[in-house]
Amino acid sequence: MSVRLPRWVLGFSALVYAFLHVPILVLMVFSFNDSKFSVNWSGFTFNWYHRLLERPDILRGLRASLIVGGASTVIATVLGTLIALALARHRFRGRTAFEGFLYVPIVTPEIVVGISLLILFALVKVPLGLTTIVIAHVAFSLSFVVIVVLARLEGMDRTLEEAAMILGADEVTTFWKVTVPQLWPGILSGALLAFTISFDDFVITSFVSGSGSSTLPIVVYGMVRRNVEPSINAISTIILLVTTALIYAADRLVRNK
Amino acid sequence: MAVSPSSTTGSVVQLSRVSKSFGDVKAVDDVSLEIQRGEFFSLLGPSGCGKTTTLRLLAGFEEPDDDGGEVRLLGEVVNKKRPYERKIAMVFQSYALFPHLSVQRNVAFGLEQRKTPKAEIGDRVRRALEMVRLEPDTFARRMPGQLSGGQRQRVALARALVLEPDILLLDEPLGAIDLKLRKEMQLELKSLNKQLGTTFVYVTHDQEEALTMSDRIAVMDNARVAQLGTPAEIYENPRTAFVAKFIGESNFFGGTAERRNGGGWEVARSGGGRFLVPDHPAIREGRAVRIAVRPEWMDVWRPDAVPPGENAVGGTIRDVIYLGETMHLIVTVPGCDDVTVAVRNEGQLIKPLPWKRGDAAAVAWRPEDCQILEEV
Repeated sequence: MSVRLPRWVLGFSALVYAFLHVPILVLMVFSFNDSKFSVNWSGFTFNWYHRLLERPDILRGLRASLIVGGASTVIATVLGTLIALALARHRFRGRTAFEGFLYVPIVTPEIVVGISLLILFALVKVPLGLTTIVIAHVAFSLSFVVIVVLARLEGMDRTLEEAAMILGADEVTTFWKVTVPQLWPGILSGALLAFTISFDDFVITSFVSGSGSSTLPIVVYGMVRRNVEPSINAISTIILLVTTALIYAADRLVRNK
Repeated sequence: MAVSPSSTTGSVVQLSRVSKSFGDVKAVDDVSLEIQRGEFFSLLGPSGCGKTTTLRLLAGFEEPDDDGGEVRLLGEVVNKKRPYERKIAMVFQSYALFPHLSVQRNVAFGLEQRKTPKAEIGDRVRRALEMVRLEPDTFARRMPGQLSGGQRQRVALARALVLEPDILLLDEPLGAIDLKLRKEMQLELKSLNKQLGTTFVYVTHDQEEALTMSDRIAVMDNARVAQLGTPAEIYENPRTAFVAKFIGESNFFGGTAERRNGGGWEVARSGGGRFLVPDHPAIREGRAVRIAVRPEWMDVWRPDAVPPGENAVGGTIRDVIYLGETMHLIVTVPGCDDVTVAVRNEGQLIKPLPWKRGDAAAVAWRPEDCQILEEV
């Protein structure tokens, strides 16, 4: 039985959606605006996208983001998968607490994470640079990977592994031939999430990046502070589309059991 | 370890005083049994009785407790052997087909693990699929997700049989398919067992299924074997009330053994009256006796028309139930639970049963049809 809602609820929801999405839409539209001033429409152009390719600071930022994203994703995915396996397959003291701690990095304010990592790096005297950014990104994306893979593991039929073993496969063969293929969508989706949040991160990165190791969001922030030009709209649009696509892919993988 | 002589005498599975606990719970408690080569052997019991754990001990998914006896397969003690060292096959309740592999690759999986030459694999997979009546050209390339429940069942069976195992373990493999197909598969499994000479160890909670297929049945209750025997022995001579109740339906009567009478005993029924039972080592004069009688071995008579020499108790018809093949008469008898009597349905439209609710009636059975239970 469905409850009939008054019409204004629908109208109100539409308003909220508009509030959330219209600014993004405006940003995307004006990335094609043939005017240096972002507020008046004066024709369609790809100019601002071309302009991006001519800016070495943006290209350097993109390169740094890709390196950091790639490295932190690989590390977080491997470690996260192993942690998920350990949590799902072994009963040990403090397991519940351990699982609870997974959510700490997710709920901790980014600024706190950033400051604490900065202090840590200062204490152990690691010079700030790409390495420290990668370490920081692994630290906050690890939990996401573990949670996604763990969910997949818990939904997995364990008799598949037993079937493999009784058919003659030892533990290692069973892991590679049965467990990993079953977990694959979870692992991939965890990796996509890890890459997305690494690619998007600004706050934590701003604490732990040294000079000359700025990722794309840091570069964009710097650009905005100097002068606002429609190139910023263009780069923002690209970041938005890439991350949306990745999140969509990750979500599809998680749903497609 | 060398193969012991027992494998030549035909016993391929031996459990000697095997126990398995999970924490404080005994899942299998001091179970001993031997299964002969080529036998269709069923472990039957309600859920939680230990039948599945027993099977998992054979498969190697569980190890017996440290002082928990010995599991032998083909004469060799396998307590500590991993499943892949055991050279047995198994069909799972959930089928456990690898969803990321085609039917062909699923069936070939075990052969690949056992380093069978490639050329041989294709051929054996084909034959295995044909054996379970799946057309290889149609099904080999399909993914498990594209198959019906019955077809998955057959693939799971092919995947196990392709290894030509000495012993095949089956964990309620027919639980998830519909009744008609299940009946068909029961007969097919039985004929595969006879045709291949493979020893089948079959776990089920379905007593009818166990009776249909098995050479011998171990009825399990509460982590122990309650009774072990052929289907006829189990059905016609249940040793305990549990077995009598779990396999088929039974009516129970209790009383005290009064005196010997001819070849049997005269028992004073707790609810009044007497009945005769055949001689049995468990009966002592003056001690309690409990018997079970199958509904189809009883008849209902007018109280004054009971045939001479039969045991009878008087009561009132409480219900007449139409079941198609048979009619059940439920009779309320003072001093015991309601008695169910099964009568052949000779056509209620032409020749209706002359009984209706409230009629006074006597339930009668022959003394030799009493099943004397060992625990009272």
